[in-house]
Amino acid sequence: MSRQAVRPAGPTVRAAVLPLAVLLLAVLSGCAPAGGPAAGTTSAAGAGSGAPTGTITVFAAASLKATFTEMARTFEAGNPGTTVTLSFAGSSDLAGQINQGAPADVFASADTANMKKLQDAGLVDGTPRNFATNTLAIAVPPGNPAGIAALKDLARPGVKLVVCAKQVPCGAAAAKVAGTAGITLAPVSEENAVTDVLGKVASGEADAGLVYGTDVRAAGAKVAGIEFPESQGAVNTYPIAGMASGRNTAAAQAFIALVTGAEGQKVLAGAGFGPGGQ
Amino acid sequence: MVGQGYSGVPGWVRALAVVAAVVVLLPLLAMVLRVDWTRFIPLVTSDSSLTALGLSLRTSAASTLLCIVLGVPLALVLARDSFRLQGLLRSLVLLPLVLPPVVGGIALLYTFGRQGLLGRAFDMLGLQIAFSTTAVVLAQTFVALPFLVVSLEGAVRTSGSRYEAVAATLGARPGTVFRRVTLPLVLPGLASGAVLSFARSLGEFGATLTFAGSLQGVTRTLPLEIYLQRETDPDAAVALSLVLVAVAVAVVALAYRRPAARSGAGKRPTTPVPAGGNSK
Amino acid sequence: MTLSFQAAVAGRGFDVSLTVGPGETVAVMGPNGAGKSTLLSSIAGLLRPDSGRAELNGKTLFDLDGGNRTWVPPHHRRTALLAQEPLLFPHLSAVDNVSFGPRSAGIPKREARQRALGWLADVEAEALAGRRPGELSGGQAQRVAVARALAADPSLLLLDEPLAALDIHSAPLLRRLFKRVLAGRQAIIVTHDVLDALILADRVVILEDGRIAEDGPTREVLERPRSAFAASLAGLNFVPGTLDGAAVRTEEGLRIAGHGGDPEADGQQAAPGKPGAQPAAPGQPGRSGEPAPVAGSGSPGVAVFPPSAVSVFLTDAHGSPRNSFAVTISDLEPHGDQIRVRAGGLAADITPAASADLGLVPGLAVHFVVKAAAVSVYGT
Repeated sequence: MSRQAVRPAGPTVRAAVLPLAVLLLAVLSGCAPAGGPAAGTTSAAGAGSGAPTGTITVFAAASLKATFTEMARTFEAGNPGTTVTLSFAGSSDLAGQINQGAPADVFASADTANMKKLQDAGLVDGTPRNFATNTLAIAVPPGNPAGIAALKDLARPGVKLVVCAKQVPCGAAAAKVAGTAGITLAPVSEENAVTDVLGKVASGEADAGLVYGTDVRAAGAKVAGIEFPESQGAVNTYPIAGMASGRNTAAAQAFIALVTGAEGQKVLAGAGFGPGGQ
Repeated sequence: MVGQGYSGVPGWVRALAVVAAVVVLLPLLAMVLRVDWTRFIPLVTSDSSLTALGLSLRTSAASTLLCIVLGVPLALVLARDSFRLQGLLRSLVLLPLVLPPVVGGIALLYTFGRQGLLGRAFDMLGLQIAFSTTAVVLAQTFVALPFLVVSLEGAVRTSGSRYEAVAATLGARPGTVFRRVTLPLVLPGLASGAVLSFARSLGEFGATLTFAGSLQGVTRTLPLEIYLQRETDPDAAVALSLVLVAVAVAVVALAYRRPAARSGAGKRPTTPVPAGGNSK
Repeated sequence: MTLSFQAAVAGRGFDVSLTVGPGETVAVMGPNGAGKSTLLSSIAGLLRPDSGRAELNGKTLFDLDGGNRTWVPPHHRRTALLAQEPLLFPHLSAVDNVSFGPRSAGIPKREARQRALGWLADVEAEALAGRRPGELSGGQAQRVAVARALAADPSLLLLDEPLAALDIHSAPLLRRLFKRVLAGRQAIIVTHDVLDALILADRVVILEDGRIAEDGPTREVLERPRSAFAASLAGLNFVPGTLDGAAVRTEEGLRIAGHGGDPEADGQQAAPGKPGAQPAAPGQPGRSGEPAPVAGSGSPGVAVFPPSAVSVFLTDAHGSPRNSFAVTISDLEPHGDQIRVRAGGLAADITPAASADLGLVPGLAVHFVVKAAAVSVYGT
């Protein structure tokens, strides 16, 4: 009895392992940059030559999440048959991913440096267009417990200031602004991302943070924003461009036209971005 | 191959075992292959790198010490005492093992932060924990403590309480029993638990980032430095990652070689003696 | 110098009252689960009974009956425990193990070491002083464990089957050591071996189902067992029932005729020339001269007789002074130079030749016959 029960187990187990291995391979290849999704994009692109159609993948800086999500909906509504896939992350992360072969049709960076990197690598299709600018603002917890009113207040002893690390764009901008204004900042923490700075201000751990005006606005009531004239010393410019590896150039260009056009600019202005100047 | 006993491991199990080993080792190998060896020494000996490494080692040592001081009593109470909700407490104490570190950071923030549960009291005493090295140590202790408690509780359970009972009937007070019998008996478990805690502290990232912030020499440990370097200089990040891997490998090797070395030297039983005694 | 102990543990059905006199060694015997370990643990303070009280040399060990309950922790009881395994602390050398007790009592390191060496010499283990427990044989380790227990200067020594884990070569040596160290020492020894009880103890206490079934001088208990367990220790057949004159009537209505004497001595009388294969010490007159307790007719009593007094027949053999039991053989096993025939809860020892002649095999229906003169009957 027991022998009979045991015997079929061999082939059964082997049969179970095979699909498992196949599944594993499928998952692995799915992780690879030039896998399945790229193929789908190619076939979609083949259909469209005039009016934009098919799928495009847009890589955009994290600070563009709200505005680009709104514009993608607008684009899809205005161009039936199109789908915009959005991927938000830090600009350097996105540039790195594209460099490694990630399938992007459009890249919107929060700084010119990362776009320049891709241009140097020959991955950009055409010339990038500057579609927005952003300047720093001081974020303080609701009620402004430390009584911050101007940039120089951030250097006051006892004020717990959180900024971005110099290695990330908002930190570079903060260093530039402080340097221009001749103020020495002594932050208690240099964060990797704007969201980390905002988190520490919003929770009241920090008295003030230096982030972009758009970030303050997006944070809503969790923090209060204080604008300061010295911020004009470090204006951050957002470039957008189609990618050379893109498979749906027509739709990509149409999307870029939307962002840089009147409709897109209105959305961006509403979120606190300055005009791009292009 | 002479004298190889029957292992009973089916071929497909071996095959999957190879896959498992590859899953763990291949990414490490891939990273090593990406190291820019010409710049390796300058990259890992830069001021910020050395500061971060030093801070990591110091905070990990401190949190390991804290884990021992707090974890040994907790493990003993969990293993030996019996009280209501003990099982629940055991599960809850192990929670940081499965909790995303960021969640741990948020929890710590609302405990020790300026607006936190205890933070206000500390603030009034003039103690500010957030953004300090203390915060790093707290975050590391929070995530590493379960490792020590788990391995030590296992050792305590395995060794049983019969030696302690004998010691008590010989006239030893509970304090003496703890110092002269329990601790030496569970020392191997304690050592491996401490090493695991140290390794976990060394790798702590999420809770530190969320709770302690990131400032060179104060709170920016090696993992945070790697994360930051990645923004601008991936080569530096890879080089530093390799340093962290090397330290981790050294620590783990130390943990697993230690008992063998000691038993060879002093013939001292290194594993907790099972309840069956050592009469053989 | 007396231990008085009374305790009950409801969860284990344990309810025992026991006294150990000054310098007295008491052997505690009984089937597994009878409560022997519970007894030792309660005295040592490792287990807290539900109720009861105990005193050792006038000092209260626990008092769980009165209004203000008292519980003295193990380390204040001076009741050293020696278990089946030596349980030497594996991280300490032999001498450090032995000095553990004195050190715990606050004796300075150097002096504690001197005392430990003295105790090691006393158990003839001085040469092992520097060794780690892992480097000792079972017998050596137990020797050191004895020294360790004695070095703690206990008022009462608790021994939990101290010879059970030893091999046949070490056990006699250790038994001799115990004989020496237990002389005049107040101790309780739990054992499965009747030899330990005979050699080491002044008195034996039989525990059955958490209660004391018998309590008396070792020889007396073995010679006139009042419990099935004691009878099995003594290697005697044991039939409980009610007294009926000089006979015992069993629950099944069987009447076993006997007399009120010593079963061992009578057994040998009934089978002259047979070697005394019984474990009890031979030649002890015991209480064989006592009058038969026939006065208590109707009260509980037992019929006890040695297997050597039992003859085996294939057919029923009646005779007035004889008792005959119709039984079915369950087992045959060698017993010394005899064959032990087990049937119906009784045992008979016959020669291998007789067994072969009768063609005995398990399952065979036979008659066990024992002369009334070989059967001791007494009240329990």
